[in-house]
Amino acid sequence: MLPTIPYVRLRLHLNGIIDIKYDFFSVRTDNQGGSLLKWIDYQAPESVADAVKILADSNGNARPLAGGTDLIVQLRVKDPRVNAETVVDIKKIPELNQMDYDKSGGLTIGAAVPLHLIYNNPDVIKHFPAIIDSASLIGGTPIQGRATLGGNLCNGAPSGDSIPNLVAHNVVATVAGPNGTREIPVEDVCTGPRQTSIDSNELLVSLYFPNPGDGFGANYIRFIPRNEMDIAVAGAGVSVKISDGKFVDGRVCLASVAPKPILVEGSSKALIGQPVSDEAIQKAAEAARDAASPISDMRGTAEYRKHLCEVLTRRALNTAVERAGGK
Amino acid sequence: MTTKDYDRNVVLSTQNDFKVVGTRPVRHDGVDKVTGRAIYGADYDASGLLHGKILRSPHAHAKILSIDTSKAEALDGVQAVVTAADFPETADKTMELGEDETKLRDLRGNILAKDKVLYVGHAIAGVAASNPHVAEEALSLIEIKYEVLPSVMTTDEAMADGAPILHEDQTTEELGNDSGIVSNVAKHFQHIKGDVAEGFKQAEVIVEREYNTVTVHQGYIAPHNGTAFWSADGRLHIWCETQGSFVVRDSLADLLDIPVSMIRVTPTEIGGGFGGKIPIYVEPVAALLSKKTGTPVKIVMSRKETFEGSGPTPGSKIKIKVGATSDGKITAAHAWMAMEAGAYAGSPVGAAAQCVFAAYDLENGLIDGFDVVVNKPKTAAYRAPGSPNAAFGFEQALNELAEKLGMDPIDLRLKNVATEGTRRVDGPVFQRIGAKEVLEAMREHPHYQSEKKSGSGRGVAIGFWFNIGFDSACNIALNKDGTVNLTEGSTDIGGSRTSIAMQAAEVLGISAEDVRPSVVDTDTVGFTAVTGGSRTTFATGWAAYEAAQDVKKQCIERAASIWDVNAENLQMEDGVISSKSDSELKMTLKELGAQLSDTGGGITGRASVKPRGVGGSFCGNIVDLSIDEETGKITIERFTAIQDAGKAIHPSYVEGQMQGGSAQGIGWALNEEYFMNDEGRMTNSSLLDYRMPTALDLPMIDTVIVEVANPGHPFGVRGVGEANIVPPTPAIANAVYDSSGNRITQLPMSPVAILEAFKS
Repeated sequence: MLPTIPYVRLRLHLNGIIDIKYDFFSVRTDNQGGSLLKWIDYQAPESVADAVKILADSNGNARPLAGGTDLIVQLRVKDPRVNAETVVDIKKIPELNQMDYDKSGGLTIGAAVPLHLIYNNPDVIKHFPAIIDSASLIGGTPIQGRATLGGNLCNGAPSGDSIPNLVAHNVVATVAGPNGTREIPVEDVCTGPRQTSIDSNELLVSLYFPNPGDGFGANYIRFIPRNEMDIAVAGAGVSVKISDGKFVDGRVCLASVAPKPILVEGSSKALIGQPVSDEAIQKAAEAARDAASPISDMRGTAEYRKHLCEVLTRRALNTAVERAGGK
Repeated sequence: MTTKDYDRNVVLSTQNDFKVVGTRPVRHDGVDKVTGRAIYGADYDASGLLHGKILRSPHAHAKILSIDTSKAEALDGVQAVVTAADFPETADKTMELGEDETKLRDLRGNILAKDKVLYVGHAIAGVAASNPHVAEEALSLIEIKYEVLPSVMTTDEAMADGAPILHEDQTTEELGNDSGIVSNVAKHFQHIKGDVAEGFKQAEVIVEREYNTVTVHQGYIAPHNGTAFWSADGRLHIWCETQGSFVVRDSLADLLDIPVSMIRVTPTEIGGGFGGKIPIYVEPVAALLSKKTGTPVKIVMSRKETFEGSGPTPGSKIKIKVGATSDGKITAAHAWMAMEAGAYAGSPVGAAAQCVFAAYDLENGLIDGFDVVVNKPKTAAYRAPGSPNAAFGFEQALNELAEKLGMDPIDLRLKNVATEGTRRVDGPVFQRIGAKEVLEAMREHPHYQSEKKSGSGRGVAIGFWFNIGFDSACNIALNKDGTVNLTEGSTDIGGSRTSIAMQAAEVLGISAEDVRPSVVDTDTVGFTAVTGGSRTTFATGWAAYEAAQDVKKQCIERAASIWDVNAENLQMEDGVISSKSDSELKMTLKELGAQLSDTGGGITGRASVKPRGVGGSFCGNIVDLSIDEETGKITIERFTAIQDAGKAIHPSYVEGQMQGGSAQGIGWALNEEYFMNDEGRMTNSSLLDYRMPTALDLPMIDTVIVEVANPGHPFGVRGVGEANIVPPTPAIANAVYDSSGNRITQLPMSPVAILEAFKS
């Protein structure tokens, strides 16, 4: 088979000092680039400020590169939604590689931390075990060595497995831009298919998992027809917080059933204040089903996907309740 | 049930008096394949190699009004562009392609469309450039004007009154006669045995149902590929992955109107075929491009091209009616089968008719077959082509009949089973076959005897493939160290190189390791038909048997001449030539090999055969599954395949065939389908969305090899490559019924489909 090579030439700017033109796989013998073959600049800044400056100077034509498991594929197939002239490798920036469990019981995960470091991290395993549901589900083992939660979020796919999982954890995204940093609740990041509220001159720095406190449990599950190698037909990321046998908080976020992952307010309403019971869970599941607005395609019909939202939400809530110690 | 309770791979052997046959030596090509050194078609490289790409139709059905290639030709790096206009014009003829036959004009039209495109993915033009990326860019510069036409995607649409017609010059062949009626139905045929109307009158119980299947692909891991070098002296050399190098040679000779002697085809190692690599696609385009450029040109399809532009197996509509007396004797059966041929005539409905009732001794039977063209890729062979579609219907109907009769479904089958002397509805009379033995092995198997897990469903079914003989050739040369070199022309897909070598080793009384088998090109061995029809171990194995006998005879004659005794007085056993009367006269093959040159020269055995004693093979499945009733997802919990191999030359490779066919059948049953949109475009043309089963979707598939020797082969071999894909779809559907009470009559049984069926 043909090797799956990216159809790009890379111009490397190493440490901002050396400029190397790197003809990726000797695509053509002349040095013109021509009208057909596109040069793509590769830059690897070592600070957030430098990265933001490169993004700002690129007029919307630069893309941050973390694991590249989505970006490189999109560039190779010439995805019209990803018209990058510059890729900005963010893996050399310290803040984007941090894994910091702080005194308040919150966890900061840098945007460039690969999944395998997340699901093998002792603090994650002890304090936020449910994020492993999606972190260990995305791709196979080799992909998990590169892919990041930050990338999964910024790619903005409606089917992104980690996004509902993050939303259920009340995660807050820290974003750096030309005017400093700002914080965005993660449910407000995705705005449509492959669209986010992070501007093209901004950079996702990290994700903050606040301390959920006692009585918290979460879960992400998805449905795929096979047992691996598949895109979610529907997915449900949920969390509950239980006190004295009652739901004091509940969040349900769905994947693959709307133009973006959706946080279902009706499910929260159905849970909060209610005693932990099958009835409350069923109402929350039905609210999820009613909130879904899926399309029909080769991965499933709209009707089937709405039905799955109910089933998955119910099952995920039952697991979350169990993890919260509520059953 | 744990693995400790029973033997997971059983050989029910009837003949054990062999030394090599029936053992499990390491395959000769194993090291090269596991270390990545084996050369596959896409690995082939040559000095000055150009890369070709093919422009394909975005429309399911359209007239080509004009093609302008000038901008593509002007692009820097582009060396040549070809279209259908570059093919020579020759008279039409029917071509035998092994398991398939096709009209030359259709084959040519499928390789590069001339006046019309007939499916999305239909090839129109080829470009050769200095690298694949420039070639790809050049495709976007070719300007084509189309007049888009309405399309037909199913047999129902194609057979409807007033349907858009694919071929204005195609008239229906109605029961052997040209009806003169222009239609998408290329052919309607019938097989009749007895009196079906009378048979149904005698029936006390009747089952009648319609079943539908959709297009599925073989899913071989290596996409189609080919490199052509048309040299200045007019000789054309092709390197490609094919199931039949001589079919490639002969097809190219006809397509390009040059003698076969001017073409040499070197088959590389092959990354799967399953029938889909019998036809040719990219080789003629590479040849035309090489002719224009004078350099080698390589074309490798993408996965999307492989789905859209090669030959899947058809969707079909099957209507079954079967009746029996209250004691379970089938009195009559009718199968009405319409199959999608794709863009050109030639669906496997004929083969389906040979298989649908084959396991049963029917007094009254009727088979109607319809070969129907639709705006999809021209179908190609896929592992027992046609038979799985037919079995999905008939083997379900039999279980339904058994339930109505209150009979065990295996007992119903045994009561009606075909045996030696049974005349099939389509005509042939069976020689010795193993249908009964397979069914008995199923009934006795610990799986069938076991209690079902709570909530599980169990299903059974059997399937048939008739197998083919055809031409094979083999040469064997004795080396001076007593080993032999064996050359043959059958592409090795499932371990055939070794199973062929083992048959020679058995004759010569040497080990399998002392035979060095090579699959060689078309200039180097006699005509050999395709690796297909489950024929290779049978027929090329027979050629090896004959060539080894030739070597043996010459060895004895040479020893006789060395010892100056009568050859009739000598024998050769276990690689030692000895005198029947004088115990002093003994010589090993190694000793003989060392003195060949001094005693008259080398010894080479040869054989070209076209064996007739083909024995068909039956395969049965027992499957246990569970269904998530909320999501509709099926989990296969236990799966047993039981097949008659006649004689398993290398049992591991037979088991591999059984497990592979089962895995493909399970995929066909559960999730695989060409998902077509309203424009006739496949929307899931990637391995992500086509959803073949992965290792995580299958249980370990248990096997039982039944050995009912084929009297038509020296070692009793029956081909085993195909029958194993036939029973999984009905067995799984029968298990779904057992589990849920829902009869599924449409493939695939995907989660969505299961839930919809449960609702209604």
